[in-house]
Amino acid sequence: MSDGQVIIGLEIHCQLDTKTKLFCGCSTDYRDDGPNTHVCPVCLGLPGTMPAVNRRAVEFALKVAKAFHCEIPEECEFSRKNYFYPDLPKGYQITQYDRPLALGGHIVIESEEGGEKKVRLTRIHMEEDPGRLVHCGGGSRARYSLVDYNRSGVPLIEIVTEPDLRSPKEARRLLAKLRATLEYLGVYDYGKEGSLRVDANISIAGHDRVEIKNISSYKGVEKALTFEITRQRSLIRRGASVDRETRHFVEARGTTTASRSKVEEHDYRYFPEPDLPPLRVASWVDDISLPELPDARRERFMSQYGLSVNHARTLTGDLALAEFFEVVAGDDPLLVATWVADILLGELNYRDRSIATVDVARFRSLIALRKAGTITDHSGVEVLRAVLDTPEEPASIVERLGLAVTGEDIVASAIAEVLSEQPQAVADYRAGKGNALNYLAGQVMKKTRGRADPRDVGRRLTEALAE
Amino acid sequence: MEDRFNAYLLRSEDPGLDSGPLAGRTVAIKDNISTAGLETTCGSRILKGYIPPYDAHVVTLLREAGAAINGKTNLDEFGMGTTTENSGYGPTLNPVDSSRVPGGSSGGSAAAVAAGLADLALGTDTGGSIRCPASFCGIVGLKPTYGRVSRYGLIAYANSLETIGPMARTVADVSALYRVISRPDPRDTTMQGRPYEHDPVASVRGLRIGIPAEFFGAGVDPRVSAKVQEAIETLAGCGAVIVPVSMPSMKYALAAYYITCTSEASSNLARYDGVRFGPGGESQRSWHDAFTAVRGEHFGEEVRRRILLGTFALSAGYYGRYYGKAQTARANVAGDFERLFGSVDLLAGPTMPTVAFRLGELADPLSMYLADVLTVPANLAGIPAISVPCGEVAGLPVGLQLMGRRFDDETVIDAAAAFEAEVTA
Amino acid sequence: MVDESDVRRIAELADVGIPAEILPTFTAQFNRILEYFDILDTLGDERTGERSLHTVLREDEVCQSLPNEAVVANAAESEDGFVKAPRVM
Repeated sequence: MSDGQVIIGLEIHCQLDTKTKLFCGCSTDYRDDGPNTHVCPVCLGLPGTMPAVNRRAVEFALKVAKAFHCEIPEECEFSRKNYFYPDLPKGYQITQYDRPLALGGHIVIESEEGGEKKVRLTRIHMEEDPGRLVHCGGGSRARYSLVDYNRSGVPLIEIVTEPDLRSPKEARRLLAKLRATLEYLGVYDYGKEGSLRVDANISIAGHDRVEIKNISSYKGVEKALTFEITRQRSLIRRGASVDRETRHFVEARGTTTASRSKVEEHDYRYFPEPDLPPLRVASWVDDISLPELPDARRERFMSQYGLSVNHARTLTGDLALAEFFEVVAGDDPLLVATWVADILLGELNYRDRSIATVDVARFRSLIALRKAGTITDHSGVEVLRAVLDTPEEPASIVERLGLAVTGEDIVASAIAEVLSEQPQAVADYRAGKGNALNYLAGQVMKKTRGRADPRDVGRRLTEALAE
Repeated sequence: MEDRFNAYLLRSEDPGLDSGPLAGRTVAIKDNISTAGLETTCGSRILKGYIPPYDAHVVTLLREAGAAINGKTNLDEFGMGTTTENSGYGPTLNPVDSSRVPGGSSGGSAAAVAAGLADLALGTDTGGSIRCPASFCGIVGLKPTYGRVSRYGLIAYANSLETIGPMARTVADVSALYRVISRPDPRDTTMQGRPYEHDPVASVRGLRIGIPAEFFGAGVDPRVSAKVQEAIETLAGCGAVIVPVSMPSMKYALAAYYITCTSEASSNLARYDGVRFGPGGESQRSWHDAFTAVRGEHFGEEVRRRILLGTFALSAGYYGRYYGKAQTARANVAGDFERLFGSVDLLAGPTMPTVAFRLGELADPLSMYLADVLTVPANLAGIPAISVPCGEVAGLPVGLQLMGRRFDDETVIDAAAAFEAEVTA
Repeated sequence: MVDESDVRRIAELADVGIPAEILPTFTAQFNRILEYFDILDTLGDERTGERSLHTVLREDEVCQSLPNEAVVANAAESEDGFVKAPRVM
């Protein structure tokens, strides 16, 4: 490993999208409801209660393990991790320790050089989410905490990678790939607030390692790591040492700060959960069939639709996007790929909206208008914006804004007018100045108020000038 | 009737139903079993005022069977004791001799039945907590096979060892109560779907009964040994074949038991922090200080001792030597039983090494632990075991213990019924 | 063998207070029990038996949760449906 190389490993916690919690029948659909309304004696940790494992949570976790090529042992086991914290109702968390659901495996990402890179996994295990604390009195002056146990007991998988990542960008790509795969598997919903939490271990080769805790989005991970690399490099440059410590990511400022308390040497006293004897899962594994996953779909988009690798990668990087593309692709997949990947996505990002909010029928009408040549790429973008921002039909938008590609006579008369108004430019063109043609075409487009097809204008202007 | 022995922590007047297998019968419930709407303290000050919002599965079954639940009985705090002196609400006295302890930890349930305050009672048995008080109070008590009675609603002390079980004055009543409480419950996923649906047949004819030498060794009162040997001869007289056997793993059983139960307890009792139930702490202190204050103030000394022992046994650097070794010893106890049950149908010996102690006699914790030496093996292996009265020593009851194969509670109960029929005839 | 400082450290790990006046007796009793546990040092690692239990799984079906009033009813303090707990800083 070359000196100064960045070394990153991630521990990723994802909430599994089951109907009920990991150990009780409380609904996981709590986000729009008041505090402590989705709890029962079990997830409140009332005396006398016992955990009962949700079959679907195990099935989901096994799907993930299979998708990432993990080794799945014959039996796995839950253990208790003992520690006190006000959000932890039982004084321990039920998790997996020395007998996890899955070991090894890997996730393939696009490397910095554009090729493929295998990021090795250490393990995947299941565990329960704790409750949520609200601090009263603000920040460090909080006088007491308020606890909401709605989240307590929601199933999580923790995916631990080997320290195989070499840049924040690779970390982001890994998370994007993970998210896409989990969504393809139908086990995860990134759209749910708090459904992803990441701890990142980062070091510069030859120096101590820092752990950044509790980052809650994959953009946050890239930011936190970028900040941390700068901070660690500058310490090293000044001859100072990087402390082995735990830091927190401050989302609002994009920085990391040292945890207030020094790293406590935890003694979690793990031991097997006595209410949950070992779980026999190996026999299920063969019965689990996986759907088409992102890599396979990308290959298919290239072979079936003839898409470029970049378009195929973009369109398969998100399940909803891939499904949207396939619904709309119709008999002109290349045109649709361009419109979805290069134009629509940008407009959605700008509006911070998801693909799910796009009206498929109206988007299809827009594509049909473009394909028929009724509108140009240029005016199509204007139509798309109106489609996204209003409930209006594309045909009506085109008519209201007068965006239809205009008849020949108007283009012809505009060209005639421009040629007579701009003798200098005409002379420049004839003297071999290429720029003059662009200038003249611009003037024609101006006169037609953008309704003309620029390629058409260019071709006919050249013809007129040749006469 | 007046509760002169402090058997109850709370008495209630539930008439029960007009019909059902337990209609017209009063049942006392050990106070570590959750009852909706009835304060459930586990004998601990840390649960003072706690009213569960749900019924334990066995309580639901009792109500459906028509039983008249007449109160919650005293116990050693969280079941941690062999005398019912370690209750946060004062000791229970033995109805046979009120200068003696009733045994524990289900001492309140045993005393209620022995004193005639209840027809039947539910106890719980982690390391002998049903059989010990049954033996000391002269009644019948069964520790069922692990996984045959739902523990949902039983406030956990040591989950992998304990089970709820029936206590009564006769084997027939024990069997009747067991039938009611041994029904499936999806909330306890250690249940193995083997309900008890048996009617006792008072016979031991042709059964092979093993007598482990270790159950008559050092520490067992010779008068108790002699009484139990008489009982074994009675069984032989009824047609049982008596076979001397040996259980080498016995010497590790008590240590394995105490390490396992304290380890599990140290974790089970972490939830008593004053936040969601029980007497609160000061929310304005930082959490470790607030939790430590509440737990230090409201847990009794024996509970704190066991929490510390368990915390130590699980802590970094000691886990292998204590918890790990204890699991090996536990597996060997189970292995010994399996081997023995290959050639015998039952094992017999004394339930307790002695008769009931005087109040205050077992002041030293270790000497109290040693009294459990004959009852813990059944819990380590999860097998059924019953204590049935077999006479008296110096006017105090002695219990005969019969142990059987896992899920063969039926044979254990049949043999106890045969013995009972023979001695009461 | 453990000494009084070990017992104090374990007590801290368990969030249990042991008052100074009972610490010496407590430590002595603790050591007698640990001495008894030493018998396990003579035991090898080979196991002659196993417990053969396996977890039974539950279906992913929603059950009724408790009403908020029942959740806060047993709590020492609550506020706006939340349970009040000590501060964490």
